[in-house]
Amino acid sequence: MALTVVSQIFPREMIPAVLPLIEDKLQHSKEIIRRKAVLALYKFHLIAPNQVQHIHIKFRKALCDRDVGVMAASLHIYFRMIKENSSGYKDLTGSFVTILKQVVGGKLPVDFNYHSVPAPWLQIQLLRILGLLGKDDQRTSELMYDVLDESLRRAELNHNVTYGNICTWFKIQKVQKAILFECVHTVYSIYPKSELLEKAAKCIGKFVLSPKINLKYLGLKALTYVIQQDPTLALQHQMTIIECLDHPDPIIKRETLELLYRITNAQNITVIVQKMLEYLQQSKEEYIIVNLVGKIAELAEKYAPDNAWFIQTMNAVFSVGGDVMHPDIPNNFLRLLAEGFDDETEDQQLRLYAVQSYLTLLDAENVFYPQKFLQVMSWVLGEYAYLLDKETPEEVITKLYKLLTSDLVSSETKAWLLAAVTKLTPRAHSSNVVERLIQEFTVSLDTCMRQHAFELKHLRENVELMKSLLPVDKSCEDLVVDTSLSFLDGFVAEELSQGAAPYKPHHQRQEEKLSQEKVLNFEPYGLSFSSSGFTGRQSPAGISLGSDVSGNSAETALKETNSLKLDGIKKLWGKEGYLPKKEGKAGDETEAPPVPQESIIMESVDQTIVKKDQSQVLTQSKEEKEKQLLASSLFVGLGSESTINLLGKADTVSHKFRRKSKVKETKSGETTSTQNMPCSYFSSSSDVTYEDDYYLDTLQDRGDKELNKFSLSSELLDSESLTELPSAEKLSSCTESTPSLFTDNMEGLHTPSTVASVANEISLASSLLEETSEHMHSDLVEVCDNETISVSSYKIWKDDCLMVTWSVSSKSGLELKSANLEISPTENFKITEQPGCCLPVIETESIKTFQYSVQMEKPFTEGNLSGFINYQMMDTHSVQLEFSVNLSLLDFIRPLKISTENFGSLWLSFANDVKQNVKMSESQAALPSALKTLQQKLRLHVVEIIGNEGLLACQLLPSIPCLVHFRVHGDVLALWFRSSCSTLPDYLLYQCQKVMEES
Amino acid sequence: MIKFFLMVNKQGQTRLSKYYEHVEISKRTLLETEVIKSCLSRSNEQCSFIEFKDFKLIYRQYAALFIVVGVNDTENEMAIYEFIHNFVEVLDEYFSRVSELDIMFNLDKVHIILDEMVLNGCIVETNRARILAPLLILDKMSES
Repeated sequence: MALTVVSQIFPREMIPAVLPLIEDKLQHSKEIIRRKAVLALYKFHLIAPNQVQHIHIKFRKALCDRDVGVMAASLHIYFRMIKENSSGYKDLTGSFVTILKQVVGGKLPVDFNYHSVPAPWLQIQLLRILGLLGKDDQRTSELMYDVLDESLRRAELNHNVTYGNICTWFKIQKVQKAILFECVHTVYSIYPKSELLEKAAKCIGKFVLSPKINLKYLGLKALTYVIQQDPTLALQHQMTIIECLDHPDPIIKRETLELLYRITNAQNITVIVQKMLEYLQQSKEEYIIVNLVGKIAELAEKYAPDNAWFIQTMNAVFSVGGDVMHPDIPNNFLRLLAEGFDDETEDQQLRLYAVQSYLTLLDAENVFYPQKFLQVMSWVLGEYAYLLDKETPEEVITKLYKLLTSDLVSSETKAWLLAAVTKLTPRAHSSNVVERLIQEFTVSLDTCMRQHAFELKHLRENVELMKSLLPVDKSCEDLVVDTSLSFLDGFVAEELSQGAAPYKPHHQRQEEKLSQEKVLNFEPYGLSFSSSGFTGRQSPAGISLGSDVSGNSAETALKETNSLKLDGIKKLWGKEGYLPKKEGKAGDETEAPPVPQESIIMESVDQTIVKKDQSQVLTQSKEEKEKQLLASSLFVGLGSESTINLLGKADTVSHKFRRKSKVKETKSGETTSTQNMPCSYFSSSSDVTYEDDYYLDTLQDRGDKELNKFSLSSELLDSESLTELPSAEKLSSCTESTPSLFTDNMEGLHTPSTVASVANEISLASSLLEETSEHMHSDLVEVCDNETISVSSYKIWKDDCLMVTWSVSSKSGLELKSANLEISPTENFKITEQPGCCLPVIETESIKTFQYSVQMEKPFTEGNLSGFINYQMMDTHSVQLEFSVNLSLLDFIRPLKISTENFGSLWLSFANDVKQNVKMSESQAALPSALKTLQQKLRLHVVEIIGNEGLLACQLLPSIPCLVHFRVHGDVLALWFRSSCSTLPDYLLYQCQKVMEES
Repeated sequence: MIKFFLMVNKQGQTRLSKYYEHVEISKRTLLETEVIKSCLSRSNEQCSFIEFKDFKLIYRQYAALFIVVGVNDTENEMAIYEFIHNFVEVLDEYFSRVSELDIMFNLDKVHIILDEMVLNGCIVETNRARILAPLLILDKMSES
């Protein structure tokens, strides 16, 4: 018996079914069963806290159980709950305190003692709970002071009393120490009280001084907690800490360092960091290195005493931490260098020192530095090498060149290095090295290197431009990047008026890409991108500007070019974009070199040049790309614009609308692929299209705002359902369908009756009649009966779910009392009870109905839903009646109304397909009749019929689409299923066969 | 909370392993070998807590058998350390002078004991009599 409960503890997910049983067990007479029941509930609480919410009172009962074991078990639940929400359980503090008092006072049965310590783990658990409860709360903390004091005292006392008894001393001490430790922890985490603190501090002292290493460890750990509140305590144990630092055990050392990390200040930083670095050099484990490097870098930034030390520390950090460290560290470092402090001269010194130290480091032969370190070096050298007096830029370039040609350097680092060279070139008056470098890398196999080299080459041809592009020490100047790119507005408007396609948001393009790959109706992006190599100078600018402004979209725009050059471009974006991205993260103000370069190109050289260049190189694709880019950047600007323009009112309209549209969508069973996407995406997509459309709308019609608002929302509906359609089509449909949808929406938004009906439908409070008239439903089938009542059921095939309704009627016309229907859970179905089905009073005709909505968890052909009904007649005992209902796959199949285009894109996106030939009977050898059968019997939606082929679509509720392609050859029907679900096609095929045979 | 419970002998063979948090099977062996390596490499004078990646190991040696418990930061090391001893005491009582062989050949019983004591990563029972009660009932049933 007990063991059955144990087994339930582990793998249960069907909580609702088991819950009542377990609740019963809570009242069981045997303590072990009660305890197991509580633990089972704890497990439930862990996996699904919502489902056990209603039995919190029972936990309270368990807490007050007369048996200690049960009480202890309930503590776990409380610990968990209090951790999540400590304020809700403050009232229980009192009981916890009393329990602890009893435990500490030795009131428990003797067999709970562990080496004569009363239930140590129980104490620890209680202390933990108290610690959570008393956190930052003086009033509750006050309740605890007494008991904490008591347990501290007891722990001490035990310790002393048993001192003489050598045999058991160690063990007692250990457990006791564990309790003590927890006490101390608690004392410090609750609202402080000086006396207690003092005592706790004394305890810690004992811990730290203990010869036993485990206790020492604990002591150090406790100190780390304490030290934040009371650094003076560390002073008392100074010497011990120092000893620990040189302890042979690395773990102790580690803990000590952790402690030191907490007490670091401007005075002791050098020593502490030195110790840390020493430890760092010894350790090999990656995790420790990452952790420690982060800490050192943080400390160094916070408390660095002087420049030299700082740079050197950071150098050490970089060389040890290498490539495993967190990317924030080099970023922060560079930002610090670039932004500088308040004092300008100090900045210069810092930078100068950094440059010098790097040069010396680079001078060293045969030393391998981590890539990150090299990247940092190259950036610093590129930016600040001008500060050097002695060495000319040429020498620096030579050094960088040496690195560039080395094999040990990754291509990413090479890009950094080359950028540094580019920055240095304008200052070098004549440099053969640069020439050589350009020559070498313009033929490099690495496209991004080649790109860089070309950039450099072009820039060298125009020294003036180069100087303006790469200003000295301007890396942290605020660059005004016109994110909205308003200067391009005119251009876009012009293009639009010339019939260019408007910008399409990211997701939309992706979908288009999908369809375009197959349907081949999409020309602009298909064209090759041959110009990119030649126009190297300004295409990266455009691209990374675009990427800077609207990250992904530019990238995808590029992806869509689908040409050979794609690789290079993408990489270039990665590389060029790399800097701005990183720097942008580190600090808004710091813009890394590439950005100035580009934005200056964009702004100074401006559109005219862009256009001129364009005409030089002019290929169709180029223009297209520009347009895309411009549009994409423009779009970003629009986002804000439209929110300004639009009144809050419009917003709510769209919001309301969105809800409505969802309902509508599900209602009509129109599952576009959007429905499969996560909800957040859904709303964001509608947001995006919303803005987009708004823009178009304003272009068309700026005048009538009122009308605008409505047409806007109607457009939204449109755009949502038609997201996959090419936008040209979308545009037209927007304008065309506005009137009709407009009215539709008007109803939805402003006629309360429709809203009410929608609400009705959702809540299902409406009566059966209404319900059934709205949807297809099966006939009433009697499932079971006895002499007094009969139960019949019917299915309602609602668009979004299958409704199974049981109606219980009393034959005798007597009133049924407390009739209750329970469905036994099956693994195939997800059953949700519909509200309104538990009406306590039975309707006048003594008929009571229960409604359940059933969803299929995984496809199968036929399943059985069984359950029983409990009822009580007037003044008789309760009777139980069992029944079962057959559900087939077809009950869950709904037509999927999609267009041929959608069908095409979906078709290709599904991986699972099944083909089969089905023989048709004579009577229906013709296509139309076969189709009709399928349509009627299987509830498939006919998408299109072309000759002797046809396309059908359906979906398995809630939203697994399945597509069918079929072709008639004589009397053979070739069926081809595709779906996102692997098993669905098989089952559907089976159904099809059955249907065809039957007819 | 307790993340895993391992019993390993000195040769590095795992005698018992129990995870309270999902770890992929393939990763388990890797983790175990790493854990064992770090435990075996430590001497008696060093402390029995190891910081290992993002969790802590607490180990105790009984003759040739190591018991290693992986816990997260919030757990009290000393309590776990003593808990290991408690576990061994229970085993000792049940098997009367427990040895590695006992554990090898009665793995099911060891598991039952452990399940009684630890649940979902929490220590749920430390009372020896109570831990053994269900097991003794089982034994009685199988005898009769």
